[in-house]
Formats: sequence, C-alpha cells, structure tokens
Amino acid sequence: MGTELGKYKTCVSARSTSKEILKKAQDGGIVTSLFAYALEEGIIDGAIVSGPGDEPWRPQPYVATTVGELMASRGTRYNISPNVSLIKEATRSYGLDKIGIVGTPCQMQAVRKGQLYPFGWRDVDDKIKLAIGIFCMENFPYQSVKQLVEDHAAMKMESVKKMEIGKGKFWVFGERGQVVQLPLKVTHKYEQPACHVCLDYVANLADVSTGSVGSPDGWSTVFVRSKNGDDIWTKAIAAGCFETKPIEQVKPGLELVSKLANEKIGKNQKTVEARATFGVGKALRNPYIKP
Amino acid sequence: MADKITVGHVHMSGCTGCLVSLADNYGGLLTILDRYADLVYGLTLADVRHIPKMDVALVEGSVCIQDKLAVEEIKETREKAAVVVAVGGCACYGNITRFSRGGQPNQPQHESFLPIGDLIKVDVYIPGCAPCPQMIRNVCVMAYLLLKGNKEQKELATKFLTPLMQLAERGTEACGCDLMYDVVNQGLCMGCGSCAAACPVRAITHEYGKPNVNREMCIKCGACYAQCPRSFFNFDVVPEFEAIMEAIGAALK
Ligand SMILES: Cc1cc2nc3c(=O)[nH]c(=O)nc-3n(C[C@H](O)[C@H](O)[C@H](O)COP(=O)(O)OP(=O)(O)OC[C@H]3O[C@@H](n4cnc5c(N)ncnc54)[C@H](O)[C@@H]3O)c2cc1C
Ligand code: SF4
Ligand code: SF4
Ligand code: SF4
Repeated sequence: MGTELGKYKTCVSARSTSKEILKKAQDGGIVTSLFAYALEEGIIDGAIVSGPGDEPWRPQPYVATTVGELMASRGTRYNISPNVSLIKEATRSYGLDKIGIVGTPCQMQAVRKGQLYPFGWRDVDDKIKLAIGIFCMENFPYQSVKQLVEDHAAMKMESVKKMEIGKGKFWVFGERGQVVQLPLKVTHKYEQPACHVCLDYVANLADVSTGSVGSPDGWSTVFVRSKNGDDIWTKAIAAGCFETKPIEQVKPGLELVSKLANEKIGKNQKTVEARATFGVGKALRNPYIKP
Repeated sequence: MADKITVGHVHMSGCTGCLVSLADNYGGLLTILDRYADLVYGLTLADVRHIPKMDVALVEGSVCIQDKLAVEEIKETREKAAVVVAVGGCACYGNITRFSRGGQPNQPQHESFLPIGDLIKVDVYIPGCAPCPQMIRNVCVMAYLLLKGNKEQKELATKFLTPLMQLAERGTEACGCDLMYDVVNQGLCMGCGSCAAACPVRAITHEYGKPNVNREMCIKCGACYAQCPRSFFNFDVVPEFEAIMEAIGAALK
C-alpha cells in the first residue's frame, strides 16, 4: 500500500453507538455522530452538511446548528451538493466561529486550498474546526440520478428509500421494500465528467475521512488524519460515541480500499494525461500543472 | 531581525480597500513590520515622496493612462522593485475600473484604466476584491521566506508562489465567465462551491451543482477563478496545509 490512502494516524472500522442515528445513516453513522458530538461539546458551533433540497434526492447545502438538523441530513445523495459554497456565509449570516463541514474528496481539496490561498474567503481559514471527508469514486448530476432511478430502475424518485453504490452495483431501495440493482456499466456514462480527473478516493485532506468500503455492512471505515482530527476522534471514542474494531480484523478490510483507490487514481491519471493530446496539437487544460 | 526585506505599497487607481485588507491583519501586520519587512514606501503610511528601491512592491489599483504621473510611477515601480505584486482585482484585471468611461469631476478626461500588467511585467497576482487579509499575509510571509529563508524555506515559498506567478502570466482579463470558459467548458467543474464563496458581490449561485454567474453583477475581480480548485491545485503544496498553516502561525506569534 502506497500513497493512495493518503496520510493517516489511525484506521479503524467503526459504528455509531446511537441507534437513533443509525436508523437513517448511510453506513455507520460516522459523519452525523461525530458532528453531533462536536456540536454538543462546543468544538464546532455548526456544520455545513447536505440537507434535503427542493426535489426528492436533490441535496441542498445547509448549515446545521442543532442535532435535529444534522439528523435531517443523514444518508448519501448521489448528486452534487456544493457544500463549500457556504463556507464564508457560515461565518457571516450564521455567525459561526467554529465550522464543521462534510464533503467529498474534491471538496476537502477545495477547503484546504482555501485555507492556504484564501483569495476571497475572508476570516475563514482558522474557523474550520472539523472537516469530515467521505470516500468517493464518482458523483452524478441530478438529472443522471433521475434517469437511473426512473428510466433504468423504473421507480419514482419520491418512493426511493435509499441509494447505495457497493459490491459493484448501484442499488435502489424502494419504500415498499423493492430492491433494484443496476450494473455499474450502466451508470458509468451518467457520471459527472469532472470526476474523471479526480485523483483522490478516500478524502486524503480531511481531518477524519470515512466510507463504507473495507468494512462489513452497517459499519464504516474511518481514517483519522490530522492532529486536530485525532484529537476530536480520541475524545469522541472516550465519550462512547462509537464502537470500533481494528481494521485488520474485519472483512474485506483495507486491501479492498487500496485496490479501489489505486483503480480510481490510475484510471483518472490516464484521463488527465490523455487531455494533453486531446485535439490536434491542442490540449485540454490541466489544473494540476497551472491555472 | 536585521535581515528584513523592504516593501512598498504603491497606490494606483484603487479604493484603498486592499490596503485596509492588509491592515486588517492587525497584530499580524505589526509583527510582519517588526520582524520581516520594512515599509519603505506608502502614501498614507510612510513619509517618502519618490518611489525608492525595494525588494517587493505591493501595487494596488489600475493605471489611468490619461494620468501622466500614474503612468510614470508604475514604470518606475517596475524599475525599482525586484518583485512586483499586483494586489487585488484592479491591479490584476482592472476590476470595477473596467467599467469607467470617464466624465467624473474634477478630471472628466480620466477615462481609461488598465490593469498594471498591460503596462509592465508583473511577477505575482493576488486576485480578489479585496483579497483577504489572510491571503495578503500568506504572500508576505512567503515573499520573505523566498528572499531571506534557508534552502527548504525558499523551496516551499517558490512552490507556494508559483501558481500566483502563473496567474500573472495568464493575462489581464478576468470575469465570472472564466468559470465557464476554463472550468466547466473544459470538463473540470465538480461542483464544490468554492467560487460562490469567494465572490465579493454574490454574483454566483449554483444550479444543480454548477456555477451560474449573474453577469450584470460581476465586477471582474478574478477571485472566483483563482479560488477554484480546478483552476489550479498544486499537489506539492496544498496537502501540506497543516504544516504550512502552523509555520505561518508561528512566524506571526
Ligand atoms: C457522491 C458520493 C459518492 C460516494 N462514493 C463512495 C464510495 O465509492 N465508497 C465508499 O465507501 N463511500 C462512498 N461514499 C460515502 C458513503 O456513501 C457515505 O456517505 C459515508 O460512508 C458516510 O456515511 P455515514 O453513515 O457515516 O454518514 P451519515 O451519518 O449518514 O451522514 C452522511 C453525510 O453525508 C453528507 N452528504 C450526503 N450526500 C452528500 C453529497 N452529495 N455531497 C456531500 N455530502 C453529502 C450529508 O450531509 C451527511 O452529513 C460516497 C458518498 C457520496 C456523496
Ligand atoms: S470523484 Fe472526485 S471530483 Fe467527483 S465528486 Fe468524487 S471527489 Fe469530487
Ligand atoms: S463572478 Fe464574482 S468573484 Fe468572479 S470575477 Fe465576477 S465579481 Fe469576481
Ligand atoms: S470552484 Fe470551480 S470546481 Fe468548484 S463549483 Fe466553482 S467552478 Fe466548479
């Protein structure tokens, strides 16, 4: 295992000890539990999450300042939620001094770039107190998800209880108990194009990052990365927020995380390189080289 | 510390907002002036009439080409300063002064304003209106490390400043439209929202995860594109955010 998993201090398999949180959490309820703990302890005074939006399964970036509001944001919505758009506003109209934020690996990159290069993010850099990253292979535009659910899975968006990507399939669970699985070869063409140049699978730049891959159903794989993340995670464990198992003792374990990370990074690195010779003597832009 | 760098603030046609933003580092600014930089020029801050030799010129504002003195001064700045930094949207891109058509008393003939890069070579860009205090601070600390630091510090400062030098090479025009031209049209926008958070006039909203710029509101400051992680993302700098932020914090303690 090389650099594909980023730097981390510890990695465990974990699950929230709150039955209430787990009822509607996507996986082990790590995101919601850790924010709820940080909120109650005053480590953060609000968190930017992706709450429910105007249409079914359409996310809306949202500043949650109560545990109740965090509860409403549980679960994964597989389409774009520009959470970082609220990072300055959270310190303004919401008046937060200590911000939590959850996001995909690219959103964690955005947050860290914004701390080192805050062109337009006045007085934000030292207010970001807990950045939780979620693993991400790819994301979708809203209309893609709609087509997958309505055209391919033949379900109504409003009657879907949960969506999940795992075990090589896109799963759609209906309210009435029906389950439809779509092979990923069907979903690929609907992916957000910009995901194909993304070189991070497990949110390397988060304080704490988490996802389902590597752990058994209902559990999450957790990487504790920064000093700050380590500090908060250790306290949350001491407070009994999570039950944990050593990652070495669970199946499928880190090996699968590494494998998927390498696959993603390898494939996307090729896309980045192919952009250099995309046209006839004309390249597409490479953001990793220059603006 | 004896080995300070010399810095000047050169005021072209700008609103002084960039200078205020620098000053909004409060104690941090005093520490910078105390330990790292001597302010050798600055209209409101230093009693010096002519642009002296200096290591770093922080230039605020665009140049009115009908104002002879301004044109002379920007050229002189280039001659006297080892490093010229365009601080803020007006110096980098013209920003709000792009909309000037003259007609203001008491110099109605002053109608044409150009970003400084249209008249001189500029080394470093800090887009934004105004660029945040923390951004100006970080560039000041890095400029110091570049000129006076040890080998590792010089390397870090070079890596940190490289994208800002590349922005300076990229050109003197900016607009919210850059998000379309150079990010969305290039298949690079992943919908993070950074651009909207950077816009000083709230011209950017997100529709189904992608930026939508209200072009009537855009003042052409360039903050959104610079802030976008898909304009530049340097893997040799950003992942070191923890250590770099600590180092900057320690330097200003
Ligand atoms: C687009 C996408 C792709 C993913 N791909 C993978 C993958 O390949 N492998 C893997 O192991 N895990 C993946 N995940 C992560 C996984 O689905 C869970 O979100 C994660 O395990 C957290 O579960 P939890 O039970 O701890 O969180 P919960 O307590 O259920 O909370 C989920 C949190 O995620 C936030 N959220 C929901 N949707 C979005 C969104 N679109 N953008 C940003 N934040 C959002 C919510 O605000 C909420 O705070 C992906 C997530 C997303 C959004
Ligand atoms: S694949 Fe990368 S770019 Fe796409 S949403 Fe996930 S983290 Fe962002
Ligand atoms: S859209 Fe906003 S941030 Fe972008 S250039 Fe225009 S004013 Fe500046
Ligand atoms: S900052 Fe860049 S990648 Fe993020 S939403 Fe705006 S244009 Fe897209």
